[in-house]
Amino acid sequence: MMILLMLAAAAVAEQDAPPAPPATEIGNTPAPAPPEDHAADALFDPAEMARAREILRKENGGLISRSVMFNLAEYQARARSDGYRWEGAARFGGDLQKLVIKSEGEGELGGALEDAEVQLLYSLAIAPYFDLQAGVRYDIKPNPSRTYVVVGIEGIAPFWFDVDAQLFLSNKGDVLARLEGYYDQRITQRLIAQPRAELNLAAQDVRENGIGSGFSDLELGLRVRYEIKPEFAPYIGVEWVRQFGDTARFARAASEDASVTNFIVGVHFWF
Amino acid sequence: MKNVIVDRRAVLKTAGLAGGAAAFASYLPAWAHDATGLTPPMESVSGEEIALKLAHATFGLNGKAGHALTVNGTMPGPIIRLKEGQSVRLAVTNALAEDSSIHWHGILLPFNMDGVPGISFPGIKPGQTYNYDFKVQQAGTYWYHSHSNMQDAMGMFGAIIVDPAKPDPVRYDREHVIILSDWGAMHPHAMLKKLKIEGAYFNRQKQTLAGLTKGKDQSLSDRLMWGAMRMDPTDISDVSAPAYTYLINGHDSAANWTGLFTKGERIRLRIINASSMSNFNVRIPSLPMTVVQADGIDIRPVEVDEFQIGIAETYDVIVMPPAEQAYGFIAEAINRSGLCRATLAPRLGMVASVPPLRERPLLGMKDMGMGMGDMAGMDHGSMAGMDHSMMSHGDMKMDHGAMNMKMRDPSVAPQVKMGPGVATLSPEAEDRSGDRPTGLEKLDHRVLTYRQLVALEPNADSRVPSRELDIHLTANMERYMWSFDGVKFSDRAEPLSFRQNERVRVNLINHTMMPHPIHMHGHFFELVNGNPGNQPSKHTVNVLPGGKISFDLTADALGDWAFHCHMLFHMHTGMFRVVTVRKEDDQA
Repeated sequence: MMILLMLAAAAVAEQDAPPAPPATEIGNTPAPAPPEDHAADALFDPAEMARAREILRKENGGLISRSVMFNLAEYQARARSDGYRWEGAARFGGDLQKLVIKSEGEGELGGALEDAEVQLLYSLAIAPYFDLQAGVRYDIKPNPSRTYVVVGIEGIAPFWFDVDAQLFLSNKGDVLARLEGYYDQRITQRLIAQPRAELNLAAQDVRENGIGSGFSDLELGLRVRYEIKPEFAPYIGVEWVRQFGDTARFARAASEDASVTNFIVGVHFWF
Repeated sequence: MKNVIVDRRAVLKTAGLAGGAAAFASYLPAWAHDATGLTPPMESVSGEEIALKLAHATFGLNGKAGHALTVNGTMPGPIIRLKEGQSVRLAVTNALAEDSSIHWHGILLPFNMDGVPGISFPGIKPGQTYNYDFKVQQAGTYWYHSHSNMQDAMGMFGAIIVDPAKPDPVRYDREHVIILSDWGAMHPHAMLKKLKIEGAYFNRQKQTLAGLTKGKDQSLSDRLMWGAMRMDPTDISDVSAPAYTYLINGHDSAANWTGLFTKGERIRLRIINASSMSNFNVRIPSLPMTVVQADGIDIRPVEVDEFQIGIAETYDVIVMPPAEQAYGFIAEAINRSGLCRATLAPRLGMVASVPPLRERPLLGMKDMGMGMGDMAGMDHGSMAGMDHSMMSHGDMKMDHGAMNMKMRDPSVAPQVKMGPGVATLSPEAEDRSGDRPTGLEKLDHRVLTYRQLVALEPNADSRVPSRELDIHLTANMERYMWSFDGVKFSDRAEPLSFRQNERVRVNLINHTMMPHPIHMHGHFFELVNGNPGNQPSKHTVNVLPGGKISFDLTADALGDWAFHCHMLFHMHTGMFRVVTVRKEDDQA
């Protein structure tokens, strides 16, 4: 019965089917070698064509972009004196290689700049979501200022965590490290909660700068921003900073708090 | 030589009739303004010598002024109406301050007339005129646009209609040309810059925590699984409304372009997607459409309620309105961020309703190239829409690490140059020519699939291909990098080389989660869609996410040609190649 049906179907198909190509396999002739010449050079001035080809090449993948992004630019209401803080980066380059300037710091409102650093980095994409970055860091504050060699990895971890891990070697031989991560949780299309963590480590005490060896400090923050547009999003938040070990001891010795909670108002912006 | 000169008074008068939009009326061609009454054909340029001028204009829409680039002073430009078999000289004068060009999309012609600077010719310098001379060898609906520096994204496009030499197999009483486009007040270069900084910049339809608490979109476990792979199921179009206003013949929904009909007429709609970044779903609620032509080539009529049109594709449909009422022609962006309504009506001034936007679709496992072959008993049409919950249990459950590995296994595409520009590889890309396009999987009315396209005329070349060529569509959405085989054109990619008249099976394999309308210049290729002998010939094919489409190509056009994704920003970021066709003896 089955066979009869199949035969019948085949007969119908044969009747209705358009002339079918001979049922042989697709060949495996090798592709021709790409030609050396350009067809249009035979009809137009080859120099003109070369110029146009170069424009075409750049217009289809050769874009150079630049951006400036401040994840944090904020006013901090602190237990003692209020302060301000920034953390941002400027990028310039192509898809894989970029020049990156990072800067972060904080200070007392109407008072002294407390910490300020600038990094100049060469950034190379090494994986779909990660860049290897290397360069120098210069601390404007605190005094005595330091210069460091920097190596780091920046990128997006699974689950869309933005992460940045950096290792620093100072001109005095000090070794420091910093791990940073945040996550943008969209509450609505415009309202975004950003939990953020930063951990600083040191291989040794750097007493004159108040850094103790081991886990120096941990910072946990939560900021909620409202995207008036993606490039401009005011936020409010709270952060908790805790210093450990010798770092905490140095702070207490300088009559500073080893653990603080700050309330924050700021703007996340880029252009 | 015959050229349209827009009579501003006439235009303004009809603008009033059409119900507004007089502010920008002077930048619309008369034919686009509204139906020209009961006397087709519409105004157009025709003859053997046609002059076109490329220039700047300020285009106002919804009170926002924008900088437009126009052909003969209007957006869209004039319809170029030709006759199969005639010769034509199109003298294109560049009145811009930068190089420009016009490419005749889908028209078969010598390579030096194809209009791609850097491949066909050097381009047209400011103040220069280039004469495009060729013989028209075909009939159907086509279009033209600039091929320089994304000028087409700013309005430099128009329709080409070629009337057949023999009697038209399509019978119709009246026709309307319908050009779909996306207009942004933001300059396309500024848009691209934002995408390079933030790949999801224009997406205002992401999944949210508020949505999760209301039970919308994916379940928490699916969100975690997709998040683990850094994939976003709402990433359907790179650019959306509100950054774009969608237009039909240069009109937004409020301006309501209106095409007239008389009850009982067979009306031919020649629909062209001239957008820069938008695929559209097209429907006319309560009026079925019979598709008679795809990309200018006649097909066996097929009646549908809706179809998706990729950028640069054209479809001709016949509609027969049964009542003396207004019908809404709806072009909805496939991510449902916006739509444009035009009206078909017996009289001017009638307005069809604007339907609400339908729910934004979500991408599914099949769009990741996770084959569904092992899920027995599942109908693909309904599967692609995808019940996500079923992915989270049973055999499909795998730990996130394994999933990540599976989504970027180089062995599935050994020719792809792996690097930061390739974020994912579809592990089990399947032929999707029989699938409904993105977002239309679950609709309960008739949706066109590529498999339904059957050429009216038998294919001329019945040879079995002598070789096969895989081309992989690759990307990193986060870095906004797009490429073929992992190599951007700017990285000095080698050309795709063909021998003259060789027959090649080309497989386009989409490793991204976005549909790509891929266009080959100078040729038509036949979609391998299960209709041997009558495969539909196309110049542009929309490759569904995570899927595969094959076509057979007879490389009969000597010279150098462009081959690229017609999403302009994908092309502009690297999804572009040169195709060479040489005589065998000339090959190295």
